[in-house]
Amino acid sequence: MKKDTIKEAVAAVGEGETLLSVRDIHVFYGLIEAIKGVSFEVRRGEIIALIGANGAGKTTVMHTISGLIRPKSGSILLGGAEITQIPAHRIVSLGLAQVPEGRRVFQELTVYENLMLGAYVSSDKAENEEMLEKVYQRFPRLEERKKQSAGTLSGGEQQMLAMGRALMSRPDIILMDEPSMGLSPLYVNEVFDIIKEINGSGTTVLLVEQNAKKALAAADRAYVLETGRIALEGKASELMDNAQVRRAYLGEE
Amino acid sequence: MSFLSYLISGISLGSVYALIALGYTMVYGIAKMLNFAHGDVIMVGGFIVFSFVSTLGLNPLFSVLLAVVLCALLGVLIERIAYKPLRSATSLAVLITAIGVSYFLQNVALLIFGSSAKSFKSVVPIGEIHIGTELVISGETVVTIAVSLVIMVALTLFVNRTKTGKAMLAVSEDKGAAQLMGINVNKTISITFAIGSALAAVAGVLLCSAYPSLKPTTGAMPGIKAFTAAVFGGIGSIPGAMIGGVLLGVIENLSKAYLSSQMSDGIVFSVLILVLLIKPTGLLGKKINKKV
Repeated sequence: MKKDTIKEAVAAVGEGETLLSVRDIHVFYGLIEAIKGVSFEVRRGEIIALIGANGAGKTTVMHTISGLIRPKSGSILLGGAEITQIPAHRIVSLGLAQVPEGRRVFQELTVYENLMLGAYVSSDKAENEEMLEKVYQRFPRLEERKKQSAGTLSGGEQQMLAMGRALMSRPDIILMDEPSMGLSPLYVNEVFDIIKEINGSGTTVLLVEQNAKKALAAADRAYVLETGRIALEGKASELMDNAQVRRAYLGEE
Repeated sequence: MSFLSYLISGISLGSVYALIALGYTMVYGIAKMLNFAHGDVIMVGGFIVFSFVSTLGLNPLFSVLLAVVLCALLGVLIERIAYKPLRSATSLAVLITAIGVSYFLQNVALLIFGSSAKSFKSVVPIGEIHIGTELVISGETVVTIAVSLVIMVALTLFVNRTKTGKAMLAVSEDKGAAQLMGINVNKTISITFAIGSALAAVAGVLLCSAYPSLKPTTGAMPGIKAFTAAVFGGIGSIPGAMIGGVLLGVIENLSKAYLSSQMSDGIVFSVLILVLLIKPTGLLGKKINKKV
């Protein structure tokens, strides 16, 4: 399907309707099956958490959705349109942005340059400037440091930059991979506040987290990933009360 | 006065090294590989101009333009055919392939043009320039310095000011993250090879105009020297390649003039070893921070 057709299909998805759907994907690293048939869906307006231990395959799922890795079988639908075979660099222009694990801001480039690379797929200068203003409003620290190279920012600031950069493409849905990893407790709270804010202003969020407690508190629904399979799913509030989840992910006896 | 003239011709030679070194350093920055066939693109550029001017009798400037375009295409083709299939291979495999491509180009030239040196007709239309009574600068020297300067300024602006340039910087830092921004990594790598090879063609023409002997192995020595210049300046750094190239040319020429013309190459490489001992990343090289 053509890019514009998919974009239209994505735009046509109403509040509460399925925006992103992952259907029975199997992903291999060589002979090792990392993802063994994962399915889930994200509806417009939701915050969905994908929680699981280290090595459960959370990042692999994220990379498969954004096209960096190809699944051996299964499909990924955005706005009902198949995007499984679309190369990674075309997916962002369809309305799906990613905040990658470990932030991966461009260290050598300035904060401003990083943000503008977030809007790489859009050549509408006026709209980009407008979005930049919005990002600066949400993250005043980024405006203060816009001329600094990203490598000089603290971990928390780099996380803000990675989030701002993803917002610059004006996505319908943002995938966030471990946004709280390695941050001080203060920044962790701020990151989750920002996620709720981003969601509040109309962007759907798929959140991958090891910090299950925070993720479940922020999310509407959640999926628990265990060694390449979805082990549990449900409303975030219900999962939070689930004895199995409390034991395995919330550190309770 | 003679010191000044040695210095100026050293800068001129160094500018050529710098143009070639830019190709090495940009390709290394983006594709993380040492393209040892890069030097031979110089020779191909020289032979294209030689054929068009001396054999077909075309206009020299037009021929240079054609050579630049053809070499850019050659660079893209080399990457597609030889290096792209090896993106995820070990760096040793890529290195050996690059050496293979280098021999391939040299031998194709050998088949077509034979092993004897051709006399290259300078494409520079201006003659010697006399300043005062003692200082004489050849037209080639002036043109080489001027052309290199313009190219270096243009390239710096291109990389730092344009969207494509920024994409190149992003790809050289993190291919995966660049893709997530919507940057087409394959296209960016192709553009880099095209630019590097186009610069090599220009360097080839300038070099052959100043030292008018052309044979299939003509690109080898300047290629190695330019690679040295790129490492000297800090491989991966664009300003580093420019400074490294010019310094190398000046050191080479001054050693030839004042120390020993036979030892000049040895002196050049000794300087490299010295720099690398003191600063292993080269003059402007970046520290490689690997965060865990």
